[in-house]
Amino acid sequence: MALCLMLGGCGVLHRGFLSPAGPVAAATRDEFLWICLVMLFVIGPVVILAPLMAWYYRLANTRRVYRPQWGFSWPLEGLIWIPPSLIVVGLAVYLWRDTHRLDPYRPLPGQAIEIQAVALDWKWLFIYPTEGVATVNRLVIPAGRPVHLSLTSGTVMQSILMPRLVGQIYAMAGMRTQLNFEADAPGTFLGENVQFNGPGFQDQRFEVAALGAQAFGQWLTAIRARPERLDAAAYATLARRSTLSHPLAFGAVAPGLFGRIIAETVRDGAHEGHALAARGMGQP
Amino acid sequence: MNGPDIWHILLGNLGWGALPFVRAWRDPSVSELIGAAAGSVVVIGAVAVLALLTWAKAWRYLWTEWATSLDHKKIGIMYIALAGVMLTRALIEAVLIRTQQATAINAPGLVEPGHFAQLFTTHGSIMIFFMAMPFLTGLINYVVPLQIGARDMAFPYLNSVGLWLTVGGAALMMVSLVIGAFSTGGWSGYPPYTELAFNPGVGPDYWIWAVTLSSVGSTTAGINIACTIYKMRAPGMGWMRMPMFCWTSLCTAIMMIFAMPPLTVATLLLAADRYAGMHFFTNGHGGDMMNYVNLFWLFGHPEVYILILPAFGVYSEVVSAFSSKELYGYTSLVIATAAIAVLSFTVWLHHFFTMGQSADVNAAFGIATMAIGVPTGVKIYDWIWTMFRGRVRLTPPMLLSIAFMVTFTLGGFTGIILATPPLDYVLHNTLFLVAHFHNMLIGGLLYGLIAGYMYWFPKAFGFRLNERWGRISVVCWVAGFYLAFMPLYVLGAAGMARRTQEVFDPAFRPWLLIALCGAATLFAGLISLFVQLYVSIRDRHANRVPVGDPWDARGLEWSVAAPPPEWNFASIPHVGRLDAFYWRKRNEGAYHPADHYHDIELPKESACGVIIGVAAAACGFGLVWHIWWMAALSLFVIFVTTIARSFMRDVTKIIPAETVEAFDREWLAQARAAHPVPRQLEQSEINEGLAEWIA
Amino acid sequence: MDRVAPPLRHPGLNLADDPRDTRRRFESDVFGFWIFLMSDAVLFALLFAIYGTMLRGTAGAPGPADVFKIGPAFIETLLLLTSSTTFGMASIALKRDAGAGALVGWLIVTLGLGLAFLGMEAHDFVTMAAAGATPERSGFLSAFFVLVGMHGLHVTIGSIWLCVMLLQLATIGRDRGVKLNLLRLGLFWHFLDVIWIAIFSVVYLQGLIR
Repeated sequence: MALCLMLGGCGVLHRGFLSPAGPVAAATRDEFLWICLVMLFVIGPVVILAPLMAWYYRLANTRRVYRPQWGFSWPLEGLIWIPPSLIVVGLAVYLWRDTHRLDPYRPLPGQAIEIQAVALDWKWLFIYPTEGVATVNRLVIPAGRPVHLSLTSGTVMQSILMPRLVGQIYAMAGMRTQLNFEADAPGTFLGENVQFNGPGFQDQRFEVAALGAQAFGQWLTAIRARPERLDAAAYATLARRSTLSHPLAFGAVAPGLFGRIIAETVRDGAHEGHALAARGMGQP
Repeated sequence: MNGPDIWHILLGNLGWGALPFVRAWRDPSVSELIGAAAGSVVVIGAVAVLALLTWAKAWRYLWTEWATSLDHKKIGIMYIALAGVMLTRALIEAVLIRTQQATAINAPGLVEPGHFAQLFTTHGSIMIFFMAMPFLTGLINYVVPLQIGARDMAFPYLNSVGLWLTVGGAALMMVSLVIGAFSTGGWSGYPPYTELAFNPGVGPDYWIWAVTLSSVGSTTAGINIACTIYKMRAPGMGWMRMPMFCWTSLCTAIMMIFAMPPLTVATLLLAADRYAGMHFFTNGHGGDMMNYVNLFWLFGHPEVYILILPAFGVYSEVVSAFSSKELYGYTSLVIATAAIAVLSFTVWLHHFFTMGQSADVNAAFGIATMAIGVPTGVKIYDWIWTMFRGRVRLTPPMLLSIAFMVTFTLGGFTGIILATPPLDYVLHNTLFLVAHFHNMLIGGLLYGLIAGYMYWFPKAFGFRLNERWGRISVVCWVAGFYLAFMPLYVLGAAGMARRTQEVFDPAFRPWLLIALCGAATLFAGLISLFVQLYVSIRDRHANRVPVGDPWDARGLEWSVAAPPPEWNFASIPHVGRLDAFYWRKRNEGAYHPADHYHDIELPKESACGVIIGVAAAACGFGLVWHIWWMAALSLFVIFVTTIARSFMRDVTKIIPAETVEAFDREWLAQARAAHPVPRQLEQSEINEGLAEWIA
Repeated sequence: MDRVAPPLRHPGLNLADDPRDTRRRFESDVFGFWIFLMSDAVLFALLFAIYGTMLRGTAGAPGPADVFKIGPAFIETLLLLTSSTTFGMASIALKRDAGAGALVGWLIVTLGLGLAFLGMEAHDFVTMAAAGATPERSGFLSAFFVLVGMHGLHVTIGSIWLCVMLLQLATIGRDRGVKLNLLRLGLFWHFLDVIWIAIFSVVYLQGLIR
């Protein structure tokens, strides 16, 4: 039964980055597996040795050697300090490279589509500045084309995670953070906020729909035809604390809304400082 | 002045709606009923305890022998008792959390979101600040002066103040169950969510003041422990002759001194925002919540090692004692401990790799984090080599140590995964992270604390704990951990967010059910600990170990009677080498009367610590509910007590030499009459605490 | 460990005549206070760091150059530095076991200077508030008031402590406990001086440069 459970249960891993649907998640999975492999050699000896040692040298086993005064050996010291250090040095080199390679701010090759995400209580607003449309709780992206997501928050700090596509980045009020990702093929994926932000937190999930180039074009056309317009008043309504039962879409967006949302929370020039601080963790 | 104004001055923002019973009456939902039930348990429990104490006429005894005591041993025991109470509450909350997630799959489950958020917030805050910290402070308090051959801590009065501040904070946590509601912002209380703009209620205020009291209490404990180890060691006990537990306690104390202020600053500045309308962490007006995140983790990461190092110390003592062998690689362990303490201050940023800083910064902190793995790994190998060619007795503390080595290594494995920024991006804030830190905190810290409790219990109370129930408990703690948290690793890798009150994916159900079973098993572990305590107290006469050395152990703490006299040592021992007592036993140097018995000066009981603790809790309560007179009056009481104490000159008492000699001679007679027990029989009733040793 | 204890372990006090246990006790008591100061220094270091990151968070409210008056700040510096000197004189009087008059006299002068400092600082704060620079206006002003105010709070506590010590000198006299507390108060007072120098340089001087 346990086996059935394991086999059936492991299906859940298809929901996460171990079943990637884009290049970033795929690279993350590869790194994960690689580190797991290396670490097996590190933890293997301990996991085997600790119980083995305790069992073999148990009091009842009278055939084992007893050396109560033995407490130091140079070769052993070398063995427990040097190889782990070397492994960490190796991992460090690897980590340095991959942290840069998989930096969420690093643009992916190709012509990226620009999308701006605003974290609200308890929903996600996605603005397509070039296309002049916006959606709520549904992120539609063209498959096979990189996406450049700029994030901010109209409320408390939140964290966006699309497990099968890309890892998370915080969205913070008055600041802009960025995320680059891509979906390999058309499909629908889960997106969610994973930073607790109040009673509606568990409902703050959205569907990521990756569409083929043609379908994406059709979607854009359809959405542009919609009468709803996202202006300051509509945004103010949207920004109120609430959960939505279904996604929304806006056929038009007031230009520069994203920038104004950032500026709204920071009333003077200080916010460039914040945005820079968000990037460099300190005074610009 | 009309009526409502007077009430507002007297009671601040308090109203009927603050009581969960009233809320449950108005809205009898399951969630509110659970809240009311929890409140009732606190009230009924408090009333029952008070009634029981009155019935048993124990008030005077408790007040004179315990509450006002400045004896480090009693303070240590009170710390651990507090930890036990808080562990029970927080573990019940953990079971509720797991029940909620396992039942709320496309369903509302037991508790509504706001209540659920309080559950995970109190669970985290209690486990860290009011379970782990008091537990380890209690162990250190009890053991360290005995291990270094001192009669008390360097500052016995400060010790009492620290204890009662912590108790005050814990009391605020308990009161929040009955009056008002606790924070929903998680144990880390990130603003701007915890700011007035988003959380106008009293919850975050409860959190702020409870944590601040604990933080100040821990700072005093850190100063005290560090000063004790620096200045109070017995003659001849050089640095490299200290037991390993003293080393880890010293490093923990130093880390407390440096790492607690950031927490105090973070909570006080958040309070400045909430109470004085300032803009440290607000959205807008120049506030910057990133400062809070940095401050919090500047405390939070060293805190992780503040917690784990004493547990490492316990393992060092336990593995060596129950392997009948000296600790392998003592110097290595000292270096590794110090290295961990230093490195722990350089890695705080790994708690927010996802805040958008540059890849250079993330990579640097990721590498620093991995680097900690090296000294930690060294320690684990040192314990393995300590068992090598030893005579290992698989007692409950030893079983916990072995389970720790395996479990903690698995946690290290996932720790390296989370230390890699690209992997952290996908796993941060998911159940993977939750599983990882529970892996470290249960498999590392809690096993160590319980092992320490079982190991030193006979020393503190003079009788051994029941071994059978000990084993049952160990099995529950170990199996429960794996059942509860291995599924969370899987769910986290599948992208399930932490702290979510409802789950929408039915595929998660089997894993959540297993995790629920695990939580129940862990709870069974706690229950069996209590059963063990009960059974052991019941059978205490058969299991007495008055001579004081039931395990043939090595440190000075085993060289005195069990329980030790208030003055610890009839004469301060001279220490010639590491494992002093072990060698004294083998060189016929143990169990001899002192050359001369002297009068011993000990700190006198003082009520000041209790007064300050109670006043601090009242001050916190007044601040939470904006009852300004109460806050001001309490502050005034604290101030006056402190000043009054500085005028007191009659703060010590003298134990006459005759009393010391009489006690010592009686104990030595017991030791002479006792039957030396071989290791094979140490769990049987013939163990009177005198070890049969082979030279 | 210290078989031959050095005759004098504290430059602040003559302890040679006391029994060895008392000396050790004293040593550990003062050492503990040093550790406390270290912890307190961390607190100030963090407040300085916060202040540094908040410099730009003026949010339209008055900024450093608008509200800082270097004149009063300079006089406050002189007051506090002088009070450190006078406390030093008090410590010398304590060490030499000179007449109680010298000790008490220097302590009273120190207290006076401390109170003068507090008065000037309070006046500064009130002036700033009158000019519209209150802590709830902006992150920068919050950080300023909390950093400088925290130092002020420490000086206030130090002054109260000084009063208590004067009272104890009058009622108890110079026993071990009073000596010890005077020694610790001295450390505290000088520590506040060091913090103030940092505040003067980092907050006031740097504020004027901008």
